[in-house]
Order: sequence, then structure tokens, then C-alpha cells
Amino acid sequence: MSDTILRMRGITKTFPGVKALADVNLEVSRGEIHAICGENGAGKSTLMKVLSGVYPHGDYEGAIEFDGQECRFAGIRDSEHVGIVIIHQELALASNLSIAENIFLGNEQSKRGLIDWNRTNAAAAELMQRVGLNENPVTQVIDLGVGKQQLVEIAKALSKRVQLLILDEPTAALNDDDSAHLLELLRGLRDQGITCVIISHKLNEVLAIADRVTILRDGKTITTLPAEGLTEDKIISGMVGRDLDHRFPPHEPTIGEEVLRIENWTVHSPVQHGRLLVDNASLNLRRGEIVGLAGLMGAGRTELAMSVFGRSFGTGISGRVIKDGKEIRLRSVREAIRHGIAYATEDRKRYGLNLIEDIKRNVSAAALGKLAKVGWVDDNEEYKVAEGYRRSLNIKAPSVASITGKLSGGNQQKVVLSKWIFTDPDVLILDEPTRGIDVGAKYEIYTIINRLADEGKAVLLISSELPELLGLCDRIYTLSAGRITGEVPRAEATQEGLMTLMTAGQEAPR
Amino acid sequence: MSLAPSNADLAVGGGPSLPEASGTGRKFSINLRQSGIYIAFAAIVLLFTILTDGDMLAPQNISNIIVQNSYILILAIGMILVIISGHIDLSVGSVVAATGAIAAVLMVNHNMPWPLALLITIVVGAAIGAWQGYWVAYFGIPAFIVTLAGMLLFRAITYMILGNRGIGPFPESVRTLANGFTDGYLGNIGLGNYLGGADLLSLLIGVFAVVGIVVSQWRSRAGRARYGQVVEALPLFVAKIVVAAVVVMFVIVQLARFRNLPWVLVLLAILVLGYSLLTNRAVFGRQIYAVGGNLQAATLSGVKVKSVVFWIFVNMGVLSAVAGIIFAGRLNQANPTGGDQFELDAIAAAFIGGAAVQGGVGKVVGAITGGLIMGVINNGMSLIGAPSEQVMLVKGAVLLAAVAFDVWTKRRAGASR
Repeated sequence: MSDTILRMRGITKTFPGVKALADVNLEVSRGEIHAICGENGAGKSTLMKVLSGVYPHGDYEGAIEFDGQECRFAGIRDSEHVGIVIIHQELALASNLSIAENIFLGNEQSKRGLIDWNRTNAAAAELMQRVGLNENPVTQVIDLGVGKQQLVEIAKALSKRVQLLILDEPTAALNDDDSAHLLELLRGLRDQGITCVIISHKLNEVLAIADRVTILRDGKTITTLPAEGLTEDKIISGMVGRDLDHRFPPHEPTIGEEVLRIENWTVHSPVQHGRLLVDNASLNLRRGEIVGLAGLMGAGRTELAMSVFGRSFGTGISGRVIKDGKEIRLRSVREAIRHGIAYATEDRKRYGLNLIEDIKRNVSAAALGKLAKVGWVDDNEEYKVAEGYRRSLNIKAPSVASITGKLSGGNQQKVVLSKWIFTDPDVLILDEPTRGIDVGAKYEIYTIINRLADEGKAVLLISSELPELLGLCDRIYTLSAGRITGEVPRAEATQEGLMTLMTAGQEAPR
Repeated sequence: MSLAPSNADLAVGGGPSLPEASGTGRKFSINLRQSGIYIAFAAIVLLFTILTDGDMLAPQNISNIIVQNSYILILAIGMILVIISGHIDLSVGSVVAATGAIAAVLMVNHNMPWPLALLITIVVGAAIGAWQGYWVAYFGIPAFIVTLAGMLLFRAITYMILGNRGIGPFPESVRTLANGFTDGYLGNIGLGNYLGGADLLSLLIGVFAVVGIVVSQWRSRAGRARYGQVVEALPLFVAKIVVAAVVVMFVIVQLARFRNLPWVLVLLAILVLGYSLLTNRAVFGRQIYAVGGNLQAATLSGVKVKSVVFWIFVNMGVLSAVAGIIFAGRLNQANPTGGDQFELDAIAAAFIGGAAVQGGVGKVVGAITGGLIMGVINNGMSLIGAPSEQVMLVKGAVLLAAVAFDVWTKRRAGASR
């Protein structure tokens, strides 16, 4: 255990104007699982890109020693050659190729220039067995879930005789079952002598699996600690450089009358005929109230929210929406916005923002009519509005003419929130508003959510992080397999209780 | 790139852009990317002026450049909107031919009064656009396929209408619109021995245009300053206005010395002004950028995405019909092979003018400048007697270089993040 497989010394990487890494040191022992923790922007991904040769030697200062050899990678092929393989958060698979083809992509099993399909598929099957993937090697990757695709990536890494496997946020897109399977697999690989470096925001997973944890902050190594005896709070305080006594801002709710009620809401899958995604769900929201919607991935949370928001998802939608005591019809996004409903998506880059446009045009996008007289936009007013949100929500950008694609995740999220606040909604549905956002910015988002509730708006908060729901919500609904399985007031809610409700009825035949 | 509206872009005749002072270290590269096209245009004009001993900027030649390229420029205006929305239209050349043929049949074979015939032609153009817009927006077929089919369909329809011959001649009024000049209602005025006589009305229009540019620019700047926005330094602002005014006045004086203003220039000026306002200031214009920038985000922001795309294609059909009328009127006959490869010129104009292949980016004035760059290269190279294969070679190189420059500046901006 004590022998060191990887030693990175004094790594400094500068981008124009920014020092992303400043004199970072990292030592990884052979056969351990080593976690790297840090806020977004702390330099984790940059460090891994230096290690895997994405940033070639000469592009950074410092030295990398792998397996006792000094390494000077010119590219990712060099690092793979010595047995370092990185699996990125966004998987790099060719979705229309088979599992076997993906595993041997760039490393085709050929004989005299022709691919030997028997050898390819047999070797793939062997690797798939090692990672516990029970599929036919000729199945197309597009037909697999994200969890299984992740396994294909790992099988691909194994095919390259990996010694050091780097996983960047491997469980971010996985449900709990798939996550558990993946973590189990990593333990298995460790026992086979493969060293793992894992970057994760999910601190409970880090504690469950890692042998040692290195904490980065602002491009510097803060410390490396054995995982035994560590707690989430200790890691967090290392990451943010302060003790987080209060991860959630204090809030005294002032709850008014009911503003929105959803009754017997049912949604069918647009792809799989007849499959129920939301099954007879009913819930209500009151003014000034923050209501949580808890559920595992695939429980139908986003499907429920988006189908209510102007039928922007799903088919065969039935049920009633009652707003301020009157039944309303929400047949399009425009109607939903007009009725004072806003939905901030879980995937802000794909569905929330026009990344090539500036802040002000994103802020005005959902309510351009408010800035226009007979079809003409008053761009001075637009500037003023956007500038107002930049100040009040503390969007960190030189000006509202800054391009949103260049902002950090937290600031992008604030632009999305500005856009929806500007539509002046009574009901805000926030789908994973803090996903991929660092701890400091999360606190700011929480404060904004509380402020919105204090202004008399009703907030429906969808989140995968139970502590977040427990810390913010006045009431929490649990959703399991499309059904509302519970409604718990804040005072009675516990993580264990919610988890029980979230998994209730999972095995029931559908 | 910043798409903040700046009225300098409305200056007919290709004034310099008015980049926003963003107050960051990247200011220079951003400005370079926005104004690179105008600098390139100025350099190309200068180069050919030197190569042709000044013939390039002679009164008649300026008039020729405008009249000869008018239909491409009209198409480029429609095309830039299509490209901003993330689509493409390969059919415009065939639609130009088809609408020209319809106009000719109505006026020549049926002796229909020309205003009615032109109106019907434009309605037919709109219907063609609606046809293609339906398949793209509502049926969901990629525009590349729909308009590739349209390219064949409308060429076939042109042959069915015309047979294998041209139809002409066109009524005098249509020919004047396409090829003629405004009347000198106010007579001529002497501009001294060197310049000779010039049309007074044209000169007054020029002065009026310059005053309009100065006033609207000044008011826009004052408005922005009043709202606490960063405005560019006064000397820079004045310098740009002066350059724009000089360019506009120079073109106008040269035209006034020749044969007054061409009607197509008046038409073009109105279209450029109108469509620049539309893209910069209208809700509909903003929605085009929103759709091209991120389709899903636009949908979830309540933009009627399908309707926006549909109307962009209708608009393209209308502008194709206008171009078809001008083109046929200029040749004085509708020809079954007319408008061949116009789509490629219009698309090239849009991309030289700074549009992005992925959509979401582009400006009307950029597309016009891109079209003029190609027009000036065509014209200048024929003046110096270069063979047509060399013209093609240079145009291809310019298109590639323009887009390469755009990609390069974008990458640099990305790297300095």
C-alpha cells in the first residue's frame, strides 16, 4: 500500500488572466481509491487534464512521476500508453456503434487490416463480464441507460490495460442503484490492483468508497487525509475554507392561501407507448411556501413539472390544474407563463440559456413583451432590467453584455433565475437549481429562493439532495415511480423517512 | 459576439461598425472580430482602386456594382435571417427563376397591369416560402433537404411555365425599377470644374441620410449614456460618424454625377434599414436569434419556435420574388436558367458577413457587406481583365478565409477565458 504510483509535484497551470493551478501536489498510492474534492473552479478537472495529457507537457509547470518514471505526455495517447485512462463526466461513446465496437474504438482487433469480429466480440464479452455488464456485445450503445454506458467506458479502459483510472463525476447522472453498482465495481477493481482517482461532489459517496481524500481549493492543494474518521462537514470546511455552521440561510416562512393545485395528474411516455411516467399525482402549493419534490432519478419529477409547464413534455396528459381557485388550461409554454407559472430547468446549458448571447438578452427572453411597445424592444429598458438583476442577485460578470456561456455554473443559474423572476410568476418550479454549483454559490441560490417565497411566490423545489430539501422546504412531497407516496411537513421530515417513501412501491407491478 | 443594436449598422453604404466598449482586456479582439469585415471590405475596395487606376470608384462603376448585385443583396438579407435561425435555403436561385417567369407570363402573355402582376408574383413567392416553411417548421424535415428538393421543384416549374425559351420584354416601369434611375426632379447643380454637374435631388437625399445617421446615432448614444451604459469615447464615436458620413456622401455624389440614384439602391436602402431594425429591435427579430442560439431554451421560454421558422421562410420567399422581379426586369426577359447558383452567392455573402454555421449569430449589414465584397471582387477583377476562373478562385479563397478568421477569433476568445 505504501508504494506510490503517481506523484505530481508543483503543478502550475495558467490560462490567460487566470491561475487555474498553483503549485499543486498530489500523491496517489498503488491500489487505492483516491478522491479529489473541491468546489467548482477549484482546479480538479484541470489537474486531471494535466495528468491525462489533454494539456501537453510544456503547457504547465511542474513534474509528473508515474510508476517511478518521469512523464512528459504530448497527448492523451501517451498517457493511455502508460496506463492512465480518464473517463469524463460527459461520456465519449459513439452511440450508434455496438458495445464491442466502442470498447475497442481506436484499438480495433484486426488481422491483416481487417477487423476480426469474433475476437472483438469475444474479448468485449470478457471485459463486460469483469464490469458486470450483462448485455450482448453487439447491442448498440444508444439502447443502454446511462449507468450501463458508464460501464462500457470502464470496460474500454480495462481493454487498454489501465493502471490508473480517473473518473470525473462518475455518478452525477446515475440513479442510486447504478451508483451503488459502480462504487462496488470500483472496489472490485481496486482489489485487482487498479488504482482509482475519483472526482465527486457527492461527499457521502466519497466517504463510502475512498481510502484517501485530497482537497483542492482555489487551485491549491489544501490537504490529503485518510478517509477514515473524516466527515462531510470536515471536507466541506476544507473545500470552502470556513466552517459551514449554516449551510442553509435561516428562514421564517409566511404562508398564505393556496395558489396552485394539481389534481390527478397523469402523463404518458412520448417514446414508450402506454408507459405511465406520472400516475395520478395531486399536490398543492401556497403563497410564500417552499415545497420540495423528492424522488429518485426516473421517479417522474421533471416529467411532472414539465408537463404542467405548458405540456412541454409527455403525451396523454390528463388531470386538472387549479390556480387561485379557478381551473386553468396550460396548453403551451406561453399560456403557462401568462398564468404566472415559471419553470427553471435542471439542465441550464441545454434547456435554460442561449449560451452565445449576453446576460441581458437571456434575462429578457421569456418576457420580451414586457420590454416592447407594439413589437419593438426598448433595449435601454432591457439593460436597466438586466442590470437590476445583476446587482440584486449578485451575478458576477463585468457587465450584462457578458456572454452567458463564459459564466460559471452558479452565475449561469442566477441568469436563469433572473429570466424567470422577470416573468413575474406566482409559482416557480425550480428543477435541481443547485446542480453542478459550488458550495458558496449554492448558499446564494438558497437565499434567493427564500427571498422569492418572502415575496409571496410559491416555490416547488425539485432536488436530488435530501439535505437541501430538508434545509429549505416547508413541506416535502415524495414521488416514487410516478406516484406521490408521501407529504411530509418540515418538522417531521428526516432523510431516512424520505428515502423510505421515495422507494415505496418500487417493486409493485406497473 | 455582442449583438447589441447599434444604429451605425443602419448606415447604408457600409459604414464602420460600432462595437461596444466592453471595458475588458479582450476589447481589441472582440472589436476586431466585429469590424474585421468592414476593414476587409475597405482594403479590397482600396486594392482594386489602385489596380484599376481609380476606375473602381468612377461614378458609372459604382452605379454598376450596386445594380449588378442588387438581387444577390436582396437574397442575402433573407438568407441571413434563415441562417441566424439555424437553417439554410438552397432553393432561392430556382425561386428567383420561377417568380421571374410568373411575373413575365402575367405581364407579357396576359397583359396584366404591372403593379397587380408584381403583387401576385410576391404573393406567389410568399406561398412558395410557406410551402417550404411548413415542411421545415411543422413537419420537421431539415431545411437542407426541403430546400434541396425545392431547388429541383421550382426549377422544374420554371421550365413548365416558360418552356425552353425566355419571355419578354417587360413593361417600361418594371425595367426602370430594376435597371433605371430616379428622375432629377430638381435639376442639376454645378459642383465646380473638377466634379462637374450633379443631380440636386440625389445630393439632398444624401445630405438628409447623413443628418439622419448623425441624429439617430447621437440620440442612441445619449440614451445609452442616460441609462448608465458604457458608451465608446467621444472622439472614437465622432470619428466613426465622420467616416460613415464621408462614405455615404462620396457614393451619393458619384451617383449624382452619373445618372442620379438607381431605383434598386432606394429599394435596397429601405430593405436594409427595415431589416436591420427588425433584427435588432423587434420582438420577432430577437426570437430569430433565440431560436438559432438554443432551440430548446427558446421553446421553454415561450417562443413560438415553429411559427418563427415558418415566417422566416415565408419572408425568404417574398424576398426571392422581389429579387426575381428585379433580375428578370434587368435582363428584360424571364429565362428558364435564370438565377442559377444565386443561392450559393447569397449563402456566401451571409457567411463572409459573419454568420455562424450553427446559427444564432449574424447581422443584416454584415450580409450586405459580404455580398458587396463579392460584388467588388467580381467587378474589380473584370475591370482588370481577369478570366472568370480566377474570379471564382479568389471568391472561394475569400469565403474560406473569412470563415477561418471568424473561427480563429472565436477560438482565441474562448482560450482567454
